[in-house]
Amino acid sequence: MLEIKDLHAAVDGKEILKGVNLTVNPGEVHAIMGPNGSGKSTLSYVLAGRDGYEVTGGRIIYEGEDLTDLDPEERAAKGIFLAFQYPVEIPGVPNSTFLNEAVNAVRRYRGEDELDKIQFVKMLRAKTKELNMSDEMLKRAVNVGFSGGEKKRNEVLQMAVLEPKLAILDETDSGLDIDALKIVSEGVNALRSPERSTLVITHYQRLLDYIVPDKVHVLAQGRIQKTGGKELALELEEKGYADFVGEEAA
Amino acid sequence: MTAVSFLDGGLDGGRTLPGEGLAWLKARRDAGAERFDALGLPTPKLESWKYTRLRPLDDTHYTPIGDDADATEIANLPSVGDVAARVVFVNGKLRTDLSDLASLPAGVRFGPLEDILADDPAWAEAHLGAVADDTDQAMLALNDAMMDSGFVLHVAKGVALTKPLEVVYVGGLTDQAVAYFPRNLIVIEPNAQATLVKHHVGRGVGAYFANAATEIDVADGAIFKHYKVQAENMQATHVATEHTRIGRDATYECFNLAIGGLLSRTEARITLAGEGAHCGYHGAYMMRGKEHCDNTSFIDMAVPHTTCKQVFKGVLDDEARAVFQGKILVARDAQKADGRMLNKTLLLSDNAEIDTKPELEIYADDVQCAHGATTGQLDQTALFYLRSRGIPEPQARNMLVQSFLGDALQEISDETVREVLMDRVVHWLPAHCYLAGEWKESA
Repeated sequence: MLEIKDLHAAVDGKEILKGVNLTVNPGEVHAIMGPNGSGKSTLSYVLAGRDGYEVTGGRIIYEGEDLTDLDPEERAAKGIFLAFQYPVEIPGVPNSTFLNEAVNAVRRYRGEDELDKIQFVKMLRAKTKELNMSDEMLKRAVNVGFSGGEKKRNEVLQMAVLEPKLAILDETDSGLDIDALKIVSEGVNALRSPERSTLVITHYQRLLDYIVPDKVHVLAQGRIQKTGGKELALELEEKGYADFVGEEAA
Repeated sequence: MTAVSFLDGGLDGGRTLPGEGLAWLKARRDAGAERFDALGLPTPKLESWKYTRLRPLDDTHYTPIGDDADATEIANLPSVGDVAARVVFVNGKLRTDLSDLASLPAGVRFGPLEDILADDPAWAEAHLGAVADDTDQAMLALNDAMMDSGFVLHVAKGVALTKPLEVVYVGGLTDQAVAYFPRNLIVIEPNAQATLVKHHVGRGVGAYFANAATEIDVADGAIFKHYKVQAENMQATHVATEHTRIGRDATYECFNLAIGGLLSRTEARITLAGEGAHCGYHGAYMMRGKEHCDNTSFIDMAVPHTTCKQVFKGVLDDEARAVFQGKILVARDAQKADGRMLNKTLLLSDNAEIDTKPELEIYADDVQCAHGATTGQLDQTALFYLRSRGIPEPQARNMLVQSFLGDALQEISDETVREVLMDRVVHWLPAHCYLAGEWKESA
């Protein structure tokens, strides 16, 4: 599914990722943990293709194809989805309009017929029902006036509608209380499937109580420092990241 | 006679102007000509004209409209749909064949100025210049001297119109550069309610110069909603001077959507004259090419307990330029005034320019006032957000522009008008990436 080989990336000329290696197989859930400033968000932006996040070395192979030169919208069409740490508010654009545009843009790219209004609404209703979400959220402007929890649920809804093959959750737990965390995690878990891989990027272990990973990686100083099973997360919770930050943090 | 280089025949082209034979009107015209002569065309030396020069008047020679009615076929005039009545002018001349004044509700007088001057000169005398009496405005003086068209709207006490009234000005259909000088007179009597939509449409590629003046009297307890879509052609010069007086517990809501014109300027002077008066004076501008759009306003909160809100947002591409000058004055005794002003502009090109000057001048000590102005580019994070959902960049940019301006259009309380104006915004955007979405849901 995803193979990251010796990935180097820079922002504003400053190298943040310094040789990341990572392989994610179909259906797997991988957690990437690490201290602040370790390059976690940079990795997610690089994977999604954000402007200004420059790949300076290495390769990202997704389903056998090098992603490096693809625009964000092309990556989305190919099945990569990034759930934002801070979902953006788009005043005046109803959530349903936004989702409709996104779904049909992706379908056009894939050479599929666009969904007409009736088909789209039917599909959307089914998704909101599946995720236990109210239709009211669809009428409101994208993320405007949404609580922290609603914003994250809206990310999960977008994910459900776009049906990605690779979902990247960037600090999805940030700003959530425990109830919201549970609801969002349930949504993510509902979308787990043997064809869908997930990268869970988080600072804290608690999200992994709800979204249980197959593998846990520690990202620090721009590299994967250690890889283990889900028990590694508990270990990190206890000991912190001191072992991995070395002199830079001292 | 006054020499006016940009006008054929100067201020006295020997043509017959409406209301000829009315001594009071002749005196007003003469006084206007004299004032214009003394003031001259505005130059950047004047503070209120610092950023706008009437350059098209330097090198184009305009001919005031003649006596012959224009008979050009015109189709697809803009409209907000189901209206109570409409008046259409083409190149400054009334077109009765395109107008519809058949079913005016009782208590409403609506029609061309020339009819009122002929039928009820006493009423016209009492109201012309009653609100627009400032002597420092050259363009108003020019309109005083030359007024040759325009409309009157008079709603009697307590009459509430349910459907909007519509006025359409079409320009640009002649080979010769024409000039016209509409004078609009709006009187909304106490506790009356009305909505007016003005469309300025440029057809063809001919240059023209429209110098309009509008007087609006919103009497005590009245509600007047005034919407304007300025979509002149790329050769047009559009200068509008507006004077508004808002009475006790009266509401004036105005929205100016500017999407065309080589050079356009609207200068509004609004007085909140009675306690409890409210003014919402808003607008949006979308300019490209070398278009220049100026919104200048002066809102005088003259008495206690008045409120005013102003939201102007704009999008500038290519080498377009916009000017926003807003001033709110709170008089010494105008306690409990609530005045808010906001101007935001998106620059889509490095060569676009906005000059913005929001000002508050406050002499009272117990007021709530705020102003702000921002200028920026499209939010790159928002753009990435949309693209990361598969929406191609041009479409994502359009979506953000719509989002940005849609926020200002929310100030339009009439839903139908808001939808029609939003549709104009959408159609201004690059054609290859209109959104299919239902913007009406956003309300």
